[in-house]
Amino acid sequence: MIQVERVSKRYGPKTAVNNISFEVDRGEIVGFLGPNGAGKTTTMRILTGFLPPTSGTAKVGGFDVVENPIEVKRRIGYLPEAPPLYPEMEVADYLRFVAGIKGIPKKDIPRRIDSVLERTASADVRDTIVGKLSKGYRQRVGLAQALIHDPEVLVLDEPTSGLDPKQIIEARGLIRSLAGDHTIILSTHILPEVSSTCSRVIIIDEGRIEASDTPENLTAQLQGPHSILLDVEGPESAVQARLESEPGVRQVSRESARGDRVVWRVEVGKDGAIPRRVADVVVTSGWGLYSMQPVGLSLEDIFLQLTSDEQEPGRGDDAPAAEEAAAVEEEAQDA
Amino acid sequence: MRNIWTLAMREFKVYFTSPIAYIVLAAFAVIFGHFFTTSLAFFLHYSASVAAQGGGMGAPSLNVHQIVIEPSLGNLGIVLVFLMPMITMRLFAEEKRSGTIELLLTSPLQDYHIIAGKWVGALLLYACLLAIVAANFSVLFVYTTPDWKPVPVWLLGLLLMGGSMIAIGTFISTLTKNQIVAGVLTFFSLLMLWLLNWFSSYETSTFSRLCEYLAISAHFEQFNKGVIELKDLVYHLSAISLGLFLAKRSLEALRWKA
Repeated sequence: MIQVERVSKRYGPKTAVNNISFEVDRGEIVGFLGPNGAGKTTTMRILTGFLPPTSGTAKVGGFDVVENPIEVKRRIGYLPEAPPLYPEMEVADYLRFVAGIKGIPKKDIPRRIDSVLERTASADVRDTIVGKLSKGYRQRVGLAQALIHDPEVLVLDEPTSGLDPKQIIEARGLIRSLAGDHTIILSTHILPEVSSTCSRVIIIDEGRIEASDTPENLTAQLQGPHSILLDVEGPESAVQARLESEPGVRQVSRESARGDRVVWRVEVGKDGAIPRRVADVVVTSGWGLYSMQPVGLSLEDIFLQLTSDEQEPGRGDDAPAAEEAAAVEEEAQDA
Repeated sequence: MRNIWTLAMREFKVYFTSPIAYIVLAAFAVIFGHFFTTSLAFFLHYSASVAAQGGGMGAPSLNVHQIVIEPSLGNLGIVLVFLMPMITMRLFAEEKRSGTIELLLTSPLQDYHIIAGKWVGALLLYACLLAIVAANFSVLFVYTTPDWKPVPVWLLGLLLMGGSMIAIGTFISTLTKNQIVAGVLTFFSLLMLWLLNWFSSYETSTFSRLCEYLAISAHFEQFNKGVIELKDLVYHLSAISLGLFLAKRSLEALRWKA
């Protein structure tokens, strides 16, 4: 549905998007994830035909965004970061206008308006002046505008920014409900958003794609050692010694204590059977096991690893890392 | 065509959902009405005194065209120099400020649809101003019998002059996000175009003749007399095309820079 090949966009000396390539299949929900200024909006603007790329090609539904922009625009519904609303118009009038410029046949317009208002749960603001809408409704009307011509591709730039938590959950539900009929690209810098809505995540930083995979794979692939938090009642030194002697356990450290109970952080390898053996050990030794909780790297941690220069896993030499660690230690000592 | 009309009707309606249309129409009605009634009062006074003298020898014939209509229409242009910027300043500046330009530029529209739509929308409001002119003049047609034949020529001349001014304003509005900046620049440009031939009255150099040709005011005088001249048609059609062409280039530049 969408093919992007070696696309770059430069503004004067500044490179906003640097040689990115990716594909999106029909019906996928793809999330662009990256810090502010990473090039998410620029990529989206190139796809929607708003900006021409400096080099490379982008195709939507087989049409090139530069050579055949009208055909591309017919197939795309776009919700920019700030919904493009005319504050002085009524919602229905506004949608009628958008339907007109999107080229919907006149006789179909009332039906389309009803349909998108219903779909975005905004039928009750039909006759309200757009300028008087709340932030949540503005976003919904913005989405209604993007849906009015029933486009094959939806491009949503930070669709949940500025919404309250309840509205965010509603918006995510709405986006998921659109998934079957539309191919969706959305951008965000909020991580739970991608794991809860997207079938694939593309992590962008400084105009480059850092990773592209399903949220689950990304988590699994990038996770370092798992940890387990164990809340155990028993003699401290014995518990620690016994846990450390268990094969597969890398390190045991004391997390916190309350009375006889100590919470241990047990770092284990990737072997899925280890947590079970650890539990067995505790129980068969006659200690009390109150809780056991696996701790994985969250998408947040992965995101930070990928997008901050200090801690890039598997890249950079060891020497600078060691130097850095030494520097940190020195600082700590100074303090 | 349908795209242009959809855009134009939105522009036209926006003028009436904001105070702009009412302010412009009211200001125009008052100022034009003032010009019209003063020249009408002068006409009445003059014809009364001629009648009192019994229409004696040497009294020039009284002509409604010369005494009422021509001066009124002649002054109309300068009123437009003040009011047109208010009509055109928001056309693109507002869309650029609020980000709605992104909606237009990502819709399946050609750039010329967008520009022509804006221009026609502003022209429709200008047509409302002309309706006020018509309402004033209709009094003359009720109580006297002026020649009706120049009426289409005036209309053509007024539409062309207004169209040129709107095209210039449309272009200037694409240059900035700030409506005030667009308005002031448009006002200044139109004022310069209006005054150009004033500088040249005492000179005969090529430069002054160039100024004379470029002055927008000089290209309504013949229409005002009921005469259609090719050079006036060429002037206004060129001004409209140039304004809209520059607006299109400016819109393209916006895509490359944005």
